[in-house]
Amino acid sequence: MADVHLPSTLRPLFPDLPRQLELEAGTVEEAIAQLDERWPGLKDRLCEPGPALRRHINVYVDRERAELDAPLSKSSRVDVIAAISGGCQEPSRHVARAPRAR
Amino acid sequence: MPKTLLLIGTRKGLFLIEGEDRRDWTVRGPFCEGWPIYHAIHDPESGTIYAAAASEWHGAGVWRSGDLGESWELSSEGLSYEDDGGLKLSKVSGLTAAHGRLLAGAESVGIFESRDGGGAWSLLSTLEGQPGSESWNDPGSQPPGHLGVPAILPDAGDPKHLWAIVQGYGIFETTDDGETWTPRNKGLRADWPLENPEVGYCVHKLVRSPVDPERFYQQNHVGMHRSDDGGHSWTEITEGLPTEFGFAAAAHPHDRDTFYVIPLDPGHGRCMPDGHASVWRTRDAGSSWQRLDQGLPERDAHLGVLREGMAIDADESAGLYFGTSTGQVFASTDEGVSWDEIASYLPGISSVEVATVA
Repeated sequence: MADVHLPSTLRPLFPDLPRQLELEAGTVEEAIAQLDERWPGLKDRLCEPGPALRRHINVYVDRERAELDAPLSKSSRVDVIAAISGGCQEPSRHVARAPRAR
Repeated sequence: MPKTLLLIGTRKGLFLIEGEDRRDWTVRGPFCEGWPIYHAIHDPESGTIYAAAASEWHGAGVWRSGDLGESWELSSEGLSYEDDGGLKLSKVSGLTAAHGRLLAGAESVGIFESRDGGGAWSLLSTLEGQPGSESWNDPGSQPPGHLGVPAILPDAGDPKHLWAIVQGYGIFETTDDGETWTPRNKGLRADWPLENPEVGYCVHKLVRSPVDPERFYQQNHVGMHRSDDGGHSWTEITEGLPTEFGFAAAAHPHDRDTFYVIPLDPGHGRCMPDGHASVWRTRDAGSSWQRLDQGLPERDAHLGVLREGMAIDADESAGLYFGTSTGQVFASTDEGVSWDEIASYLPGISSVEVATVA
């Protein structure tokens, strides 16, 4: 089961959504689809039509930056990050940071 | 006793300011998880509050609360151009509730409707084929903070009759619920060359007199204008105002000739001229203007007010309310003659609307 970690900004939007859960999925896109089944609308918060990850949403699989088609294994760790932003109004700047190792 | 409810959309969420008898104001919020709110309204038919929002991280959606802010839901179901020529929806703004449905303006340019109280949305129109539509979604021709369709005005008697502002292009009217549109910008002045005189006008705010459906006013990039024929033609009424530029405007609820505007410096500062906070009023449809500043700061007040930043209620002695881009809210219960600062430290304010609730 992939070990999926979600950003704190999602929790207030979806009742009972945990920060961490385990999923059986072949790709990042499949994992997000499963989340969307349980919490309808969640995919819209992470993905644009296409689909593609939103500009300021970063996904890491085993600490490597990943896109929706990235494969997952049973032991994968998936970190979904709302990019760290701020300090400038226009143009928007953001810095993505890799998650800490457990 | 009924309460007056102000809906204050800010860069960091929605705030609600409530007062009994338009006094003793209390502030609640922030709501909507601190998402930037572009416009918020109260639908008197359902009692629901709607707030159009767009998060840098999680996209655009419309928040709704059926219990005056106690609980909130977000929906973006259907708020997408998924099947429409590669258009991308970045923001929603310009909310309108009328005839049992909700309308929202969008960027890229489009209008969405919801017939189930904001649960699900569908595309009503992209104004495709209108003059200007070939370029208005080109990021290279858009100003910063482009909102696409920042405002939609309904007609009280005809649900298929709407006016929409396309930012930087002007006003468009439909009488068949968005099937066809007609530009309504005749007589407007532009200080730049126009390829097509039908469009190319930067309309900031369009208001209609509640007592005369033929009477419209608009504040645009280069002046104030009035229409006496339902928006078919426009006459400039800027003379007597300190600047031609501004965003916010309000029409008097009981007098077709009384109208309020907040002139701003036209440069990049876009603050009230000379640091002297003022609302300007005409009582003769724009032939003359009076400065209203009693209770407003008269010096060092470099305040900006955005296009949805002023609202007016329907009381016999109309109440006026405006919010600044630096987070102050001012209220007047005597038709703008005197003012009180009722909130001082909110985030930058995008929109102010007023409602009466039980």
